[in-house]
Amino acid sequence: MAALLKLTRNDAAVHQPSANKVHIEGLAVRFSEFTALSNVSLDIADGEFVCLIGPSGCGKTTLLNTIAGFETASEGTLLVGGRPVSQPGPDRGVVFQEYGLFPWFTVEQNVQYGPRLKGLRGGELQKISDRYLSLVHLEHAAKHFPSQLSGGMRQRVAIARALANKPDILLMDEPFGALDAMTREMLQEELLKIWEVERRTCIFVTHSIGEAIFLADRIVVMAAHPGRIARVFHNPMGRPRNRTSSEYFEAFRVLNEELRMEIAAAKQAERGGE
Amino acid sequence: MGEAPDPIIAAKRKAKKFNAILATVAIVGCLLLWWLVSATGLINPVLLPAPGEVLSALVQSVRDGTIWINTWASLLRVLEGFLLGFSIAVPLGVLMGNSRVARGLIEPLIELIRPIPPIAIIPIMILWFGIGELSKVFIIAYGAFFPILVNTMAGFREVDPVLIRAARTLGAGRWQIFRDVVLRSALPFIIVGARLGMGLAFIVLVAAELIASSEGLGFLINDARYNFRTDRVFLGMILIGVLGFVLNKLLIEIERRLLRWRTVTA
Repeated sequence: MAALLKLTRNDAAVHQPSANKVHIEGLAVRFSEFTALSNVSLDIADGEFVCLIGPSGCGKTTLLNTIAGFETASEGTLLVGGRPVSQPGPDRGVVFQEYGLFPWFTVEQNVQYGPRLKGLRGGELQKISDRYLSLVHLEHAAKHFPSQLSGGMRQRVAIARALANKPDILLMDEPFGALDAMTREMLQEELLKIWEVERRTCIFVTHSIGEAIFLADRIVVMAAHPGRIARVFHNPMGRPRNRTSSEYFEAFRVLNEELRMEIAAAKQAERGGE
Repeated sequence: MGEAPDPIIAAKRKAKKFNAILATVAIVGCLLLWWLVSATGLINPVLLPAPGEVLSALVQSVRDGTIWINTWASLLRVLEGFLLGFSIAVPLGVLMGNSRVARGLIEPLIELIRPIPPIAIIPIMILWFGIGELSKVFIIAYGAFFPILVNTMAGFREVDPVLIRAARTLGAGRWQIFRDVVLRSALPFIIVGARLGMGLAFIVLVAAELIASSEGLGFLINDARYNFRTDRVFLGMILIGVLGFVLNKLLIEIERRLLRWRTVTA
């Protein structure tokens, strides 16, 4: 049933280059002797939801961090909104696995932080935090400190904070990785609802196949040694998605097989490298 | 999750009340024991005055005003010395916590000077600055300086890199990262340093006053000793204890206000 999952190697053929929010071509990232990423090319359309998945050491987080501007490209092109990336900026919102909330600010102050840096004050700030906190259903926790919230609530604050700054793209590094399965599924559904309202381009790192299939328009499978893109899957499922549909299970099966291959290959490469 | 559950608050209040009762029992018990021992006459009353005598010494010193003069002199000294030490230690700690060059240059000097106890610099301070206020304030500042510096420096090394990244992606520049992330993370450490520094400032204060002074609680004790007025010696000791206790409470209150985010109930 490979027909359900269209396999493409050339993304530019699918998306108009002019509509691309992110353009990556021949990207390599090296840390002294170690090659974290090699020859990565990927185009991401405006408003698209892309998941990066792969075995550990495949460089999925490095790719995300490079787009965020935390790491610098050793070679190749990396454009976000047509501009080359050199450092972190408010055009790229980031949601971290460890939440990254400022513990000394209240929930509201956390959400207001980006807009406040842009010079907004008073009522305008209040309007923004009210809007984004209601988007993640946390109006009632506005005056709480992050330490008073559960993990799931903290991550919702982090998402609200990233969105409140009106970024062009939203980068998420295993944001639900530390949460229990139930909370995780609930937040995935909430994230999709928000994404449908806000229509931001999302790049989402995960190691959960189910999460990738449930969320993404396209799934980028990465391979290790060196970190690179192995394959790009188009997710054929329509929205809203059903985790118990046969389509979902079929997609899961195909992706699972692909990942198993990559993990086996990574292990072999590790052994060969010794 | 969000709302503080009531049973926990109630339990905490109950625990607090219980602790207050225990504290009262301990203090009253000690006073009672003191009174009993002195009432038996087993110990020479010149060496161990009865609680009542210390109380009357207190009343007398309130009447003649010596209590205010001496307490005020000590309080002023300790605050001046502490603030001087604090206002040098914090910027220096910030500098050393943020610049490798500054740390490399200053840290060896600090490590060499730090083992010299504040008491040991009293003679040279008196020779340089006389037996007036200046030498005492400097000695106290010296005592308070090191714990504040060391803790401030440690605080700046404890900053969570994820928070710096988060601030950068939200558009914060260098100054804003310093103000909103680095300084905020270091604040609990600076406050711990301040409390330790205040404790040391107090020890040094009394030592300096015992050696050379014409007013202050240390002077009060020493002066009473020359006159064999052990009731006043005890009064001076108790007043020093109370003053130290109040100052520490004050710092704890400042800490509680500044670090409310750390103490809120989950």
